[in-house]
Amino acid sequence: MKLKPHQLIESPEFKKLVRSRWTVSFILLAFLFVNYYGFILAIAFKKAWLTERIGTTANFGLLAGALVIVISWFLTLIYVYWGNAFYDKRIESLKNTLEKEGEK
Amino acid sequence: MESTLGQPNFISVAFFLVFVLLTLGITYWAARKTKTSSEFYAAGRSITGFQNGLALSGDYMSAASFLGISGMVALKGYDGIIYAVGWLVGWPALMFLIAEPLRNLGKYTFADVLAFRLGQKPIRISASIGGILVTLTYSIAQIVGSGKLINLMFGISYESAVVLVGGVMLLYVLFGGMIATTWVQIVKAALLLFGVTLLALLALAKFGFSVSDLYGAVETTYGRSALEPGGLVSNPLDAISLGLALMFGLLGLPHILMRFYTVPDAKEARKSVAYATTFIGYFYIIIPIVGFAAAVLIGKDKIAAVDKGGNMAAALLAELLGGTPFLGFIAAVAFATILAVVAGLTLAAASTISHDLHFNVFREGKATEEEQVRVARRATVAFGIFGILLGILFKDQNVAFMVGLAFAIAASGNFPALFLSILWRNFSTAGGVASILSGSLSASLLIILSPTVWVEVFGFSSPIFPYKNPAIFSMTLSFLAAFVFSKWFPEKKAQNAYESEKVRVYLGIGAE
Repeated sequence: MKLKPHQLIESPEFKKLVRSRWTVSFILLAFLFVNYYGFILAIAFKKAWLTERIGTTANFGLLAGALVIVISWFLTLIYVYWGNAFYDKRIESLKNTLEKEGEK
Repeated sequence: MESTLGQPNFISVAFFLVFVLLTLGITYWAARKTKTSSEFYAAGRSITGFQNGLALSGDYMSAASFLGISGMVALKGYDGIIYAVGWLVGWPALMFLIAEPLRNLGKYTFADVLAFRLGQKPIRISASIGGILVTLTYSIAQIVGSGKLINLMFGISYESAVVLVGGVMLLYVLFGGMIATTWVQIVKAALLLFGVTLLALLALAKFGFSVSDLYGAVETTYGRSALEPGGLVSNPLDAISLGLALMFGLLGLPHILMRFYTVPDAKEARKSVAYATTFIGYFYIIIPIVGFAAAVLIGKDKIAAVDKGGNMAAALLAELLGGTPFLGFIAAVAFATILAVVAGLTLAAASTISHDLHFNVFREGKATEEEQVRVARRATVAFGIFGILLGILFKDQNVAFMVGLAFAIAASGNFPALFLSILWRNFSTAGGVASILSGSLSASLLIILSPTVWVEVFGFSSPIFPYKNPAIFSMTLSFLAAFVFSKWFPEKKAQNAYESEKVRVYLGIGAE
């Protein structure tokens, strides 16, 4: 079935696509906030957690600093994976249902 | 060991000349390809995701990141790490919220996104005010920092250092436009990542390649406290506010946002952020090793004696570990770092002046290709000279607040409007203008009234605004203004155009 642009954005498939795009974004953003502000608030209110030692010289604070960076990076990769595996494919199939004005 | 820092030596100058000649070669090559405005502003949209990822990291990892954070870790220990973490977390947010819509909606500047369905003239003028405030404050901080660094490293005077940086930067942007700027950033990012890796490896070799032994040495020399959080997060509200400015400031930096127009589509834009986050994350994870090693191997006193901000920690460490040749290499890398960032900022400012103000506002979209490129080149010269003059004028000022100001304005003036124009159907021109102006003005005003300027620069005994970072207040105000003014002055045309905007945002149909 071919659709006009305004029919397309009223279609349930398109609405679902937009909703899932922002759901994924805001869930990942929430994780990012918990990750980063958890670290900052731990420094502010629970310093004792971070000064506890791991092994002979390192402490949890040093590990946490590196972990916040690694987790942020990982969240970015999750988004890329979702984008490549789901989002792009659904965009392609939606585009194919779109009526091309220049073709007629 | 006596340092040769501050005396021009043959090897430093040789590295420096090789770098400048190499990048000018790139500019010569790029100049022959730069004829249309799309080539000048957006490198003809021919950059791949990987290349753009490197260039984005080149744009973002400024001298403040490389020399500043390693110096902060060297002098203040753990608190430097908190900063490094804060500088990274904006990248995932950029990916989740605006990277793809930005690429699909825009042409050359972030104002294109706002102007897609809102009133051209008022939106472009206010977006230009926000954009130019950010690029100008950020450039002055970079130029003043660079003058002092080149002054310390090569021993030439502050003024000639500023003119040198400004002059070479102008050549890149003027003749090569975005193509040359991109390649200068790619070369710089690769050099920086290589240099820091080598520095960290040579430093770790002194501790038997054991990070644990390095921490042990820090503890023996400076005590346990160097490895633990100190006073940086003593005020949680200030820390949260700083975090917001760092995170969402990135989403409003014009020179970063315009890099998304150099790639062909949204998929490549997504890839660019993934690569950039990888490079930048790696950099911020290893830079503390350089700082801690400098503290142990050179000593805080010696580092602070050369520069009280600790900015020479990495350079001194390089000299200790690899002698004058390595110092020369690191000095050239630091120089490249400054040049690339300033070139990116200048290009962003020139695009705002020529594309948003001249082309879309004054000529109402009626100007030939030649005229657009000519105006862009003139804007580059004007902005470059203005930047050099302000850099000389601000010589003895504390410029740390300018970086804070740039991020606060970007987070409160540019980001809310950009974000709402993508997501909110009822966003109107009045709401956009109110959001940009209230965000950037309140951020600037609060910084002036804060301890950083009111006490440290003006010398009053107590600040009027008690926090150092205004973002939490100015961002709220900006969103509030957007909401109130959009409800107050609704715009039927903008609501109707939201449909065609959606087709373009999500499907990329119609994107150039």
